[in-house]
Amino acid sequence: MKSRITPYLQSAPAMLWLGLFFIVPLVAIVSISLMTGNPIDGYTLTWNFSIFPDVLDQYSPQLGRSFLYGGISTLLALVAMYPVAYWIAFHGGRRKSLFLFLLLLPFLVSFIIRILTWQFILSDEGILLGTLKSIGILGDDAHILSTPTAVITGLTYDALPWMALPIYVALEKIDRDLVEAAGDLYASGYQQFRRVILPLSAPGVYAGILLVGITNVGDYLSAQILGGPSTTMIGNIIQTQYVQNGDYPVASALSMMLMLALLVCVFVYARVFGTRTIQEYS
Amino acid sequence: MTQPRFSRRQVVKGAAGALAGLGLAQFIAACGLPGTKDTGWEAGFDWSDWWKRQRRHDELNIASWPLYIDTENGKHPSLQKFAKQTGIDVKYSPVIQDNAAFFSQISPVLQNGQSIGYDVIVMSNGWQLTQLMQNRWLIPLDHSRLPNFKKYAGTVATDLGYDPHLTYCAVWQAGATAIAYDERQVDGPVDSLEILFDPKYKGKVGMLSDPDELGTVGLLALGIEPETSTYADWKKSAALLTKQRDQGIVRQYYDNGYIKALQDGDLAVTQAYSGDIFQANHSGYPHLKFVIPREGGVLWRDNSVIPYHAANPVDALEWINFYYDPEIQAIIEDWVNYISPVPAAKPIIANQLEDPVVADSPLIFPSEEELARLKEYPMTETLETHEKWVGLFDPIIQS
Amino acid sequence: MAGRRTPSDSARPVRSRPWTRFVLPSYVFAVMAYTLVPIAVMIVYTFNKAPNQRLTFAWHGFTTEWYSKLFQVQDLTQALWHSLEVAVISSIIATALGTPAALALARRKFRGRGAIDLVVVTNLTAPTVVVGASLLGFFIALSIPRGILTILIAHVAFNVAIVIIVVQARVSGLDESLEEAAADLGAPPWVAFWKVTMPLILPGIFSAFLLSFALSIDDYIITSFVAGQTLTFPLWVAGAVKVGIPPQVFVMGTLIFVSGVLIALASLVFQRWGDHGDTVRT
Repeated sequence: MKSRITPYLQSAPAMLWLGLFFIVPLVAIVSISLMTGNPIDGYTLTWNFSIFPDVLDQYSPQLGRSFLYGGISTLLALVAMYPVAYWIAFHGGRRKSLFLFLLLLPFLVSFIIRILTWQFILSDEGILLGTLKSIGILGDDAHILSTPTAVITGLTYDALPWMALPIYVALEKIDRDLVEAAGDLYASGYQQFRRVILPLSAPGVYAGILLVGITNVGDYLSAQILGGPSTTMIGNIIQTQYVQNGDYPVASALSMMLMLALLVCVFVYARVFGTRTIQEYS
Repeated sequence: MTQPRFSRRQVVKGAAGALAGLGLAQFIAACGLPGTKDTGWEAGFDWSDWWKRQRRHDELNIASWPLYIDTENGKHPSLQKFAKQTGIDVKYSPVIQDNAAFFSQISPVLQNGQSIGYDVIVMSNGWQLTQLMQNRWLIPLDHSRLPNFKKYAGTVATDLGYDPHLTYCAVWQAGATAIAYDERQVDGPVDSLEILFDPKYKGKVGMLSDPDELGTVGLLALGIEPETSTYADWKKSAALLTKQRDQGIVRQYYDNGYIKALQDGDLAVTQAYSGDIFQANHSGYPHLKFVIPREGGVLWRDNSVIPYHAANPVDALEWINFYYDPEIQAIIEDWVNYISPVPAAKPIIANQLEDPVVADSPLIFPSEEELARLKEYPMTETLETHEKWVGLFDPIIQS
Repeated sequence: MAGRRTPSDSARPVRSRPWTRFVLPSYVFAVMAYTLVPIAVMIVYTFNKAPNQRLTFAWHGFTTEWYSKLFQVQDLTQALWHSLEVAVISSIIATALGTPAALALARRKFRGRGAIDLVVVTNLTAPTVVVGASLLGFFIALSIPRGILTILIAHVAFNVAIVIIVVQARVSGLDESLEEAAADLGAPPWVAFWKVTMPLILPGIFSAFLLSFALSIDDYIITSFVAGQTLTFPLWVAGAVKVGIPPQVFVMGTLIFVSGVLIALASLVFQRWGDHGDTVRT
């Protein structure tokens, strides 16, 4: 029979790669954030722990904002896509794979193209606003671009497929017999949904929330292209510090804080809801 | 359904793994990250002797910005002419999209004393170019091999505050940063920077996100000469810009995206680059006007420089000399539409290329009087002053 | 898991009422239309004339010239080529590394399993800004020049986790008794694996490959940190936005969209073929 060592051998190559090119760099960030110096003289490890409160103090608005926008866009995506996933899973019939695929289709196109078209669609006198203004729903001064609304719109749009997928998978696995049994016990359609389907789909919902939430909190492109002066997210700051200013310790410290904040959220979340691993519902 | 998230054994394993990783990272980072000091050529090096010993290799690698050279059906006529005339095999890579980003990529390579793979790179004047010069990462030009430059270069190319002796820089193109406005949304001829701060256009004003551009326009608006400004002046500029921002006047701080917003009608007035407006005028937006206000604007240059350890320096000089020939410059300028360093190209564009639109445009061949109103960014010559400058204006741009 | 009927076997739909017959489907199709809006805009503007060879949203007249001049912008074409190269190669490597690991994880419980799960989940949930920035720091600290190689390394790193998740989901749905039956009939373990299990999980592997490919080709944030001067399609477009993108960008987007449709349709066919293997056992 298969030897005990097989699983280790099987997973070794992948783990080596991830270990070297994912774990080590992450840990290296810890050490870089504790360095002081400048581009000319170089950086040395000085165990500068004070950088964390400093950075937290300076950038707490952006950090908070990222969680706010990330949170809102995740919620919106959830509310928007749950019914879609539900319908495809339960009423899609034979062609449910086709519908799912149609849903994911637009996301094959490079997202940068999609954001550019959104920029055009949301422009002040563009297709959307121009029409609304001429009808009179919106005042002449109204604009969406450069506001938090535009950034959240961009974030939500990109999140839609990532939210829909895990929910769909979870819904799809639900044993129809359970639902039918509930019906046989005189449960109404609504009750069947609320007491059988919804709880059983929970792991998929959690997976979707995690996936989308984490991606969106760390995003910087929506804010860069669709946002304005007061919509800067923590991702923008990290990128600027790394690339424009070459301030590696600050950028690394910020990256660490973001990562830790997210991990804390994930663990609290998982502990409170006590779900199985994400794997099973992806 | 609820399983303990981590068993004790897993926590111990996790900790062990983390420690091992930390150890490895410490090993990597033990030496810290090196700095750029003393990684360039030695001070006092005899360049004229070095140049005498260099020969052509018939190969040239240029790095520049996208859409910054004449292009026709995917080919570049000026480069083709160059290749034909000199027999040099040219590779043109428009990989530079941002000075800071490009610098952050070449800097570690130059720090290690290696070639970045390009013989000519085009950098805008600013902190990155200053660092390249100060770190001695650029090869001084041998002007004896640049007769066309001597003969044809205009003040745009010879009057450089950041490189007064023209040691390293041969201007490729220049540009003016001033004001652009939408005629349909703004009344009357505009001639002052005040319009950028006018609450009447609240939410429809665009500003640039480059700290050099932003800080300088604040100085100009206060009537301060950027080239001789002090830290106290910079603070005044920052105060003015902060007030503008707090009043909600600024819609967004753009890198180049302002042109799209202006075209879409999202902006009434904005800081703008001359070339962008010229091109907008000729692609369906004639109602956008560019004006250099009476307080002044900025003249920036994109400079061809030769990085240290370049493989083909003589071929690089050949190219620089080649594009200072007015006939070639005319071909390039007719397409790129920024400010030309060769005034003699103007009549050629008007007569031989029969393009009066370009030849007569003040956005491409500005008058002496207009040039006089264009200033340069304040030079930040040390890391400390640079950090002070950026420290004042970054929080306005990004918060 | 054995003995449970797969939901897709049930031909009985949940009881349909007006809510599910009209309101929900209309909503679903509205959402799908919404996701297609940017794509529609993109396609429309591929037919717009563009003086100055830069894409403009002002309408200048109908033309199909950009389709014939598709490869005229050499650097764009080269960037696209880089994207394709990296996507194909990194997906192959990621699939090769991830599949055995997924098998190990799905099949049996072994000591290192929790740690591996943790690494995979962390990889999936780490914000891309942090991953990109940490890799950049890593390459800088080790003086590794950034270019196609580093892009490849980064892409394999994030794709491996995806492959592991997708293949694991597929494998865990399979019954090991099939393979054991083959073994009982005298087949050596290796043969049993290749001839029985492999064909059954092949659709999962294929899906994992496609997903990796799609993610790799569209990746911006991580690539922007580790690419050095090499440009991929999203990087080139993001940079060109500053000066004005050529219409060819939208044409390429349209063609990618269309070919994505075709490839995904093929995957759909594969999936059907794979589902048959599942229902063999009951």
